[in-house]
Amino acid sequence: MQLIIEPGRTEKNYWKDLWRYRELFYILAWRDVKVRYKQTVIGALWSIIRPLLTMLVFTIIFSRIAKLPTDGTIPYSILVYAAMLPWQFFSTALTESSNSLVTNSSLISKVYFPRLIIPASAVIASFVDFLISFIILFALMIYYHYMPPLQILLLPVFLIFVFLTSFSLGLYLTAVNVKYRDFRYIIPFIVQFGLYVSPVGFSSNVIPTKWRLLYDLNPMVGVIDGFRWCICGDRFTQQTLISMGFSLVITLVTLIFGIYYFRKTEKTFADII
Amino acid sequence: MSNTIIKVEDLGKSYLIGHERRQGYVALRDIVAKNTGKFLKGIQNAFSGKQLMGGQEIEEFWALKDINLEIKQGDAVGIIGRNGAGKSTLLKLLSRITEPTKGRIELNGRVASLLEVGTGFHPELSGRENIFLNGAILGMSRTEIKSKFDEIVDFSGVEKFLDTPVKYYSSGMYVRLAFAVAAHLEPEILIVDEVLAVGDAEFQKKCLGKMDDVTKAGRTVIFVSHDLSAITTLTQKTILLNKGTISYFGDTHIAIDKYVNQTNHLSAAYTNVPGGIIPTVTAVKLITSEGQTLQACGKSLSVTIDIHMPAGREGMALAIQIFNQNNSAVVFNWLFDSETPFCRANGKNTLTLTYKELNLYKGNYFLKVHLAETNNSREKFCEFDCCNFEVEMINQKAPEWGWQNNVCQYMEKANWEIL
Repeated sequence: MQLIIEPGRTEKNYWKDLWRYRELFYILAWRDVKVRYKQTVIGALWSIIRPLLTMLVFTIIFSRIAKLPTDGTIPYSILVYAAMLPWQFFSTALTESSNSLVTNSSLISKVYFPRLIIPASAVIASFVDFLISFIILFALMIYYHYMPPLQILLLPVFLIFVFLTSFSLGLYLTAVNVKYRDFRYIIPFIVQFGLYVSPVGFSSNVIPTKWRLLYDLNPMVGVIDGFRWCICGDRFTQQTLISMGFSLVITLVTLIFGIYYFRKTEKTFADII
Repeated sequence: MSNTIIKVEDLGKSYLIGHERRQGYVALRDIVAKNTGKFLKGIQNAFSGKQLMGGQEIEEFWALKDINLEIKQGDAVGIIGRNGAGKSTLLKLLSRITEPTKGRIELNGRVASLLEVGTGFHPELSGRENIFLNGAILGMSRTEIKSKFDEIVDFSGVEKFLDTPVKYYSSGMYVRLAFAVAAHLEPEILIVDEVLAVGDAEFQKKCLGKMDDVTKAGRTVIFVSHDLSAITTLTQKTILLNKGTISYFGDTHIAIDKYVNQTNHLSAAYTNVPGGIIPTVTAVKLITSEGQTLQACGKSLSVTIDIHMPAGREGMALAIQIFNQNNSAVVFNWLFDSETPFCRANGKNTLTLTYKELNLYKGNYFLKVHLAETNNSREKFCEFDCCNFEVEMINQKAPEWGWQNNVCQYMEKANWEIL
């Protein structure tokens, strides 16, 4: 095996390296999952409790107190939880991945490996949490005797979708966060603000048409609508399709730009971290 | 293709140092603040008719430049140099942690670097889990680690604590485990940085042995250390770096000699001005058997020391060590006020230390002087290296093969008895 190191050389074997280091990838994700709930009493239960509590708060505030109308016959809890799941994943993935390089700085300044692995494994670790929290969804379905529509079989497609959305944005924020450490203060704000502009506590149908375009710029809109469609059997309108299209395009653009930006700044990580 | 495993051509790495770099990372607020400042200043300057000045003063600093190297397969190569000479930058470039600014490196094999033992160990995880984690970080595959697992555990000697989180490990255990993982890597090129500074003597010996095996197996080892004796035992060739360039690359003994000469521009005499209110060693002078800095093995050597006391005190302590060129102390002598009163008078106090028969073997040596107070404050006043001298075998009957370098540090008179 011959390897040539030169300045500015876009290493041709970067992707090959990424493949070669796939075990590191897997083991770092495993470490993140394992370590996250160490020294906590209830361990992995936290990944269930967090979305559950948020869902309860939403249900009580919006459904019981504000008495927001729900369309159809679906229990509000399921409606909220179906959206809460992807949202929770998105927000944890964003927070975890953007901090991942900084918390792993000792690794980065000591050993070479494709740096992409670090944020990616942080996202994967959040993804494991996300899958665990599905248990609550099934519990809710059983509790309400709710039979999901047939399109729930398409859910895996949306799992991949939300993964890509979170990863692409996370990647970009990670790179920026290494260079400009202030970003770590901005991210919680983005996450908090995002919750209110994403259809978590409400349905996308309540958005007035004139704001619709602006609203659709949030890639999580299409993703969450997709989850709702799969789980709650929302009507699949032309509007849903447009939202999803928007999400997909924005996600792909962010992904390409995120990878490009990450690769560009990656070489200097060890110098500035 | 020849058996050249590492080829470096015209390699250089520069860093930009300036106001921006001081913090290591840039905070957005700084950029905003700086640019606002610049903007305001710009307006101000525009109003006052001054010419606009763009940009900020940023200095380019070459940590490493014009490096040309060729390392053959199976070589054990040391890298020495003073702090800031570019040793770690070179290692970082070789291990791809950072990119060169110019030049080119050709590596014909898998590189693994042990830049710091235990990199990536997670304190919450158990020893067993950390073996897998660390192995993966160093580039081993899971099956590879599995097949060597027992060997690693055996080498580290921590099998009893394999399922304990490593945060409960003693630092010695931690290092042993970490080195064990790294030692079982099988890369073509192994880069090692100062790992032997930690761990007990026995373990260090084990590590040295392991590294020796690695080179014997035809692998290439690049080894950076301040410990010149480790460099001597481990490597045949050494790169001497000075201010970012290679000042010598070749035989380890020659490199070490050059390094020692480079670091110690000390003469036989040392002088200093009395410093204010604290006791100062103002002069150290060697009186060698042959004059100047030349000392004959087995002859007498005297050291005269002047100490300036702003006020005479009790409880002074003075110690003199003789170091060899590998930076190891070989002789130690001390003087305590509690045993032999000294430095009780104001002003200059002079003392002499005489070695009647200094049986050091031929080589370069220097002194280290320590001055302290042991009574109340236990204050250390000074500690410094001085007075280089060279020991030669003069008027001594040479063994049949002559006086070879580095056969020993010290000659002791002894009698053979043939039974």
